Amino acid sequence: MRHTISVLVENKFGVLARIAGLFSARGYNIASLAVSETMDPSISCMTMVVEAEDEKILEQIKKQLNKLIDVIIVTDFTKKGHVDRELVLVKVGYSAKDNALLDTILNKTGAKAVQRLDDNAIIEMMGDQDGIKELLDGLKQFGIKELVRSGRIAISK
Amino acid sequence: MKLTGAKILIESLKKEGVEVIFGYPGGQVLPIFDALYDADIKFILARHEQGAAHAADGYSRATGKVGVCLATSGPGATNLTTGIANAYMDSIPMIAITGQVKSFLIGNDAFQEADITGITRSITKHNYLVKDVKHLAQIICEAFYIASSGRPGPVLIDIPSDIQQQETEFKWPEGIEIRSYKPTYFGHPGQIKKAAKLIASAKKPLIYAGGGIITSGAHFELKKLTEKLNTPITWTLMGIGCFPATHKLSLGMLGMHGTAYANHAIMEADLILAVGARFDDRVTGRLDKFAPYAKVIHIDIDPTSISKNVRVDIPIVGDAKNILGQLIEDINKLPDTSEWLKTIESWKGKYPLKYQDRKDVIKPQYVVEQIYEATKGKAVITTEVGQNQMWAAQWYKYDYPRTFISSGGLGTMGFGFPAAMGAKVGKPDSVVFDIAGDGSIQMNIQELATCVCNKINVKVAILNNGYLGMVRQWQELFYKKRYSYTNLTNPDFVKLAESYGAAGIRVTKREDVRRAIEKAISIDNVVFIDFKVEEEENVFPMVPAGEALNSMIEGLA
Repeated sequence: MRHTISVLVENKFGVLARIAGLFSARGYNIASLAVSETMDPSISCMTMVVEAEDEKILEQIKKQLNKLIDVIIVTDFTKKGHVDRELVLVKVGYSAKDNALLDTILNKTGAKAVQRLDDNAIIEMMGDQDGIKELLDGLKQFGIKELVRSGRIAISK
Repeated sequence: MKLTGAKILIESLKKEGVEVIFGYPGGQVLPIFDALYDADIKFILARHEQGAAHAADGYSRATGKVGVCLATSGPGATNLTTGIANAYMDSIPMIAITGQVKSFLIGNDAFQEADITGITRSITKHNYLVKDVKHLAQIICEAFYIASSGRPGPVLIDIPSDIQQQETEFKWPEGIEIRSYKPTYFGHPGQIKKAAKLIASAKKPLIYAGGGIITSGAHFELKKLTEKLNTPITWTLMGIGCFPATHKLSLGMLGMHGTAYANHAIMEADLILAVGARFDDRVTGRLDKFAPYAKVIHIDIDPTSISKNVRVDIPIVGDAKNILGQLIEDINKLPDTSEWLKTIESWKGKYPLKYQDRKDVIKPQYVVEQIYEATKGKAVITTEVGQNQMWAAQWYKYDYPRTFISSGGLGTMGFGFPAAMGAKVGKPDSVVFDIAGDGSIQMNIQELATCVCNKINVKVAILNNGYLGMVRQWQELFYKKRYSYTNLTNPDFVKLAESYGAAGIRVTKREDVRRAIEKAISIDNVVFIDFKVEEEENVFPMVPAGEALNSMIEGLA
C-alpha cells in the first residue's frame, strides 16, 4: 500500500542523501518525492509517497526517519484528513480537428492547454491522484508522447 | 584569541575531557598533527587506521568514555570504516576525525580524496563535513553530544586541511540544543505501571537483557529487580557482564551458541522482560517459532528496536537505568516463580554447558576456563570473532560490566587485539586478555608494534587450531566436511611476537596451560601465548541458522 508522509528536515546539504540512503539501505521504496523550503528557510519539507507492505514496515520507516539527526518531524497522512496534489505535464498528438474533443476533456478535468501547435499540444493539470488518472485516461486517445509528473505534496486539513 | 582550526580541534577535545587519541598521520592532517606535537593529549600511533578505530572502540567499551580516532583523507579515512561500522552496530560512542582535501578541491578527484561523509552515512549515527572554521567548535560539541547520548554511536567529523589552517575566534558552546534530536530518557509512567501489573501475573517470567544495560549503567538496578522478582535472567552477547554470571538466577547467554537452559527458558516463558536488547537473529533463531507463549515487555532507548522483529505487548522507550528504577518501585505484587525456578534447575541439571575434556590434547574451552581461574574472573577479556569468541563467552564467567569486549553486531575478525590495546590504555591497572583465533589475530597483527612501543602490555591467548574454526565447523556440519579454504598455514607466533619485541610462549601440553597463563600475566611485556588446541573442536550447543531455538545440536537429550 502507498502512504503519503511528510518529513520536516533541517535545510542543510546532504540531508536528502541521508534520507535516500536510509531508504536504499533498508530496502524501502519511494514512489515519489517532493522537496522544498518551508516558510522557515532553515527547514525543508520532504513529501514522500512510500510503498509499505504492512503496518510494521510503515512504522519502521517512520521510526527510522525520525532517528536521523536532521529530521525534525515526521507526519503520516495515511489516517489523517489531508489535501494532496500533484502536477502533471503531458504532451499529446494533436491537430486542429481535435480541438472540440480536447476541450471537452479539459473542461471535465479542470486541466489546461499550455500550448497547441500543429502536431502536438501540451496539457497541464494540478490535481489529486484520481483527477490526474481521469485526465490521462481521457488523453490516451490522442497518443501520449511525453509525460512528466511532480512528486505528490500534501497538507493536513 | 584567534586559533587555527587544528588548535580549535585540540582545545575542543580537551573541553570534552579527551585523554587519548588513537590514529595515524597523513598529508591532509598535517596541521592537526602539528598541533598535537605539544598538546597535552596522549596520542597513540597505531600501525593501521583500522587498528586505531578498534582501539578507540575498545577504549570506549572498557571505560564508558567516548573513544577518539584520527586519520588522514582518502585511504586513511576508508581504513577507518570497518571500525566505524563495528562501533555503529554495537552502539559504541566514538568520534572519528578525518582530514579532507582542501575545500576548493573537494569533488575534484584530488589526490587522496574520498567522499568519507558519503561513504560513512549508513554506518555513523551522524557525520559532518566542516565547511567553515567558524562552525568547528560547535560541530565538535554537537558530535560528542550525539555520540554519547540516546542510543550511542560513532560520529565522524571530516575537516578539510585548509580549514585546519584557517584562524577564527575560539568560542566553546555553553550548551547544546539540537531541535531535531531529543532522546527519550524517562519511560512513560503509565506503561511502566502496566508492565509492573503484567509481571505480577506471570507464572514463568524471564528477563532478557542486552548491551543497553551496560551502556546505561543499569546493572545495579537490573540485579535488584531480578532478585526482587526472583526470576531467571539470560542475556545477549552484548549483555555479558550486565549481571553476575555466578549468580544463582543466571542462565548465561541465549541464542545460537547460548546455553540450552536459557534457550529452553525463553521458549517456555510466559513473559519476557527485554531490556536494552534488540531481538537479533542470532538470539531469536527462527522468528515465527520464537517464544511462542510469551507476552513481551520491551524497554529500549531506540524506538526503532521495538517491534522490529518481535511483536511487543508493552513497549517502553527510554533509558534502562531510569525505567528499571521506576519499575522496581512500581512492582508491589510479586509473581510466584518457585515452580518455574524448579523447572529451570532441572534443565540446568539435564543440559549443562559441557565439553569433553581430554588429558592428551588442549581443549580450547579448557584454556578459557584456566584464564578465568588464573585471573579470578577480574580480567578484561576481548575477543576476536568466531569459535574463540563463543568459547570466551561460554567458559569465562563475567561478573562485572565492561569486562567482556567483543564485536557483536558486525562480527569483525581482527577486532579483539586492537580493542584490547584500547581497553588497556583506558584501564591500565587491569589484566587485559585478547582471546583470539589463529585466523583473526593475523587481521590486525601489526598492532603488536603499537603495543610494544607504548608498553601497552596486553596478553593474547591464541587458540591455534590451524583453521578458520567457525567456518570449518559450518562446513563440517552443513557442507559435508568439504573444508574449502579454511585451513591455515600460520607463521611461528612465538618468533613473530619476539621479532616485535614482545614475549612469546608456545603451549602444546594440557598440563602447561595454567602455568603459561600465569607466566604471561607476570611478564612485564606484551605476550602472545600460542596454544596448540584440538583442531576440529566445535562450539556447542548450536542452533542451526533458521531453526527454532529449541532445536539445538548437542546439549539436548
